[in-house]
Amino acid sequence: MCLAVPVLIKSIDGREAEAEIGGVSRRVSLWLTPEAQVGDYVLVHTGYAINVLDQEEAEGTIKLLEEIAAFDGDEG
Amino acid sequence: MRFIDEFRRSDLAQALISQIHRRSRASVRFMEFCGGHTVTIFRYGIRQLLPPTIEMVSGPGCPVCVTSNADLDKAIALAEVPGVIISTFGDMFKVPGSRSSLQQANADGADVRMVYSALDALQLARENPDRSVVFLGIGFETTAPTIAASILQAKEQQLANYHVLSMHKLCPPVIRAILDSGEVKLQGLVCPGHVSAVTGSRTWEFIARDYGIPCVVSGFEPLDVLQCIAMLVDQVESGRSEVEIAYSRGVKSEGNAEALKLMDRVFEPAPADWRGVGEIASSGLKIRKEYGEFDAERAFPVEVSQPIEHEGCICGEILRGVSTPLDCSLFSHACTPQCPVGPCMVSSEGTCAAYYSYGGAVGG
Repeated sequence: MCLAVPVLIKSIDGREAEAEIGGVSRRVSLWLTPEAQVGDYVLVHTGYAINVLDQEEAEGTIKLLEEIAAFDGDEG
Repeated sequence: MRFIDEFRRSDLAQALISQIHRRSRASVRFMEFCGGHTVTIFRYGIRQLLPPTIEMVSGPGCPVCVTSNADLDKAIALAEVPGVIISTFGDMFKVPGSRSSLQQANADGADVRMVYSALDALQLARENPDRSVVFLGIGFETTAPTIAASILQAKEQQLANYHVLSMHKLCPPVIRAILDSGEVKLQGLVCPGHVSAVTGSRTWEFIARDYGIPCVVSGFEPLDVLQCIAMLVDQVESGRSEVEIAYSRGVKSEGNAEALKLMDRVFEPAPADWRGVGEIASSGLKIRKEYGEFDAERAFPVEVSQPIEHEGCICGEILRGVSTPLDCSLFSHACTPQCPVGPCMVSSEGTCAAYYSYGGAVGG
C-alpha cells in the first residue's frame, strides 16, 4: 500500500512532471515536492512524488556497504 | 545511480548477512511494521538467511488489513447509494466486510471503479459531472498527503462532485497501543520507509526513548532491509536504543514539510477503529470543516448495522504480531487469495498473502 518507486523527472509543467521509469513514461504530480527539478529522481506513490531522492546519500550507502564487503572478504 | 538495481547486489547482501551472523549474540525479536517490508523479507528469503538468534514478526502496517469491518460496511453502503461511483485502490475491492464486499456490490449493480491514484478519481469526477465520485481514502501518512492534495485540487477546480471517505490511519499511535498491551515483546523495530519519508524518522523517537526499543527506518530493497537488521543488531549488542535510518536516500529526520503541511491543512486527528486493536484516540484523520463539502460522510450519511466478524479469522491477532498465519485454522484451506476470508489474505502485502505466496513455515 505504501509502495513508492523511484522515477526520473524528464520535464516539468507547473505542478505536473513527465517522468520515466524503465523506459516507460508517465505523468506524476509534484504537489508534495515543489522543489523537484528536471534530472531528479523522485519517489512516486500513487501518482504523487512524495520525496526527492538524495543521490549523494545513495552513493554513500553503497560505498559503506562495499567497505563492509571488503572487510568481510579480508576476514573470510 | 538508478536507485533500484544498486540495492539488490548479491555481493553486498552476502557481506551484510555475514556481518549479522558475526555480531548477533542475544536472542531478539524484531517487528517489521510495514507490509511492504514483509513482502521484501519473504520474496528474498531473508528470514531463512538470518541466524537463529533473530526472529522476525510482521506488524499491522497494511492499511487495507487494519480497516475495520464497520468502515468496510460503510464503504459498501455508500456504493449502494444511487448516483454514486465508488473509486478505490484495488486492494479494497475484494476485502469482505460483514455481509458483502465492494466486489459483490459491484456485481449487484453498484458502480465501483479501481483506480491507481486519487488523480484518477478526480478525472472520474470531471468525466461524470452528473454523478458523485466517492474516493475511499485509506492509507497511512504516506498516502494521506496525496488525498489531501486531491481535495485541494478539487477545490481549485470547483469539482463539487468529488468526495472522500476518510479512513486514514496514523502509525505511531498503533505502535504505542501494541507496545502498551505487552502482548508481544520486541527488541527492535523495522520502521516504515515511506511513512517516514513523509513524517521524518523523528516520529519514532518516542519508541526508542520511552520503551528502550531500537528503531531503524528501512527502505524496501533487500540491501535496505539487511542493512536495517544489521543496524538493529548493532544497537542491541551495544546496549543502545536510538532512531537510525537505513534509507537515507529517501528519508530525513524532519520528513517532507510540504506534505505534512497539506495533510494538516485538510485533515485533523480523529479516533479510528483498527482491526484487531479497536478504537485508538487520535489515530485517524477526518476532513476539516473548511473542506466539509468534500467529506463523503457529510454528503452521504449512511446507516450500517452492527459489524460481524468472520468466524475463525485471526487477522486481528496476526496484525498485533501475536500469531502467525500458520496458527489460523482457515489459512490456505478455507482462506486463500482466490477466496479470502480476512483482509490479510487479500492485500498483496498482507501477512497471510505473503505466507501463502512465498511459504512461511521456516524462520518463525
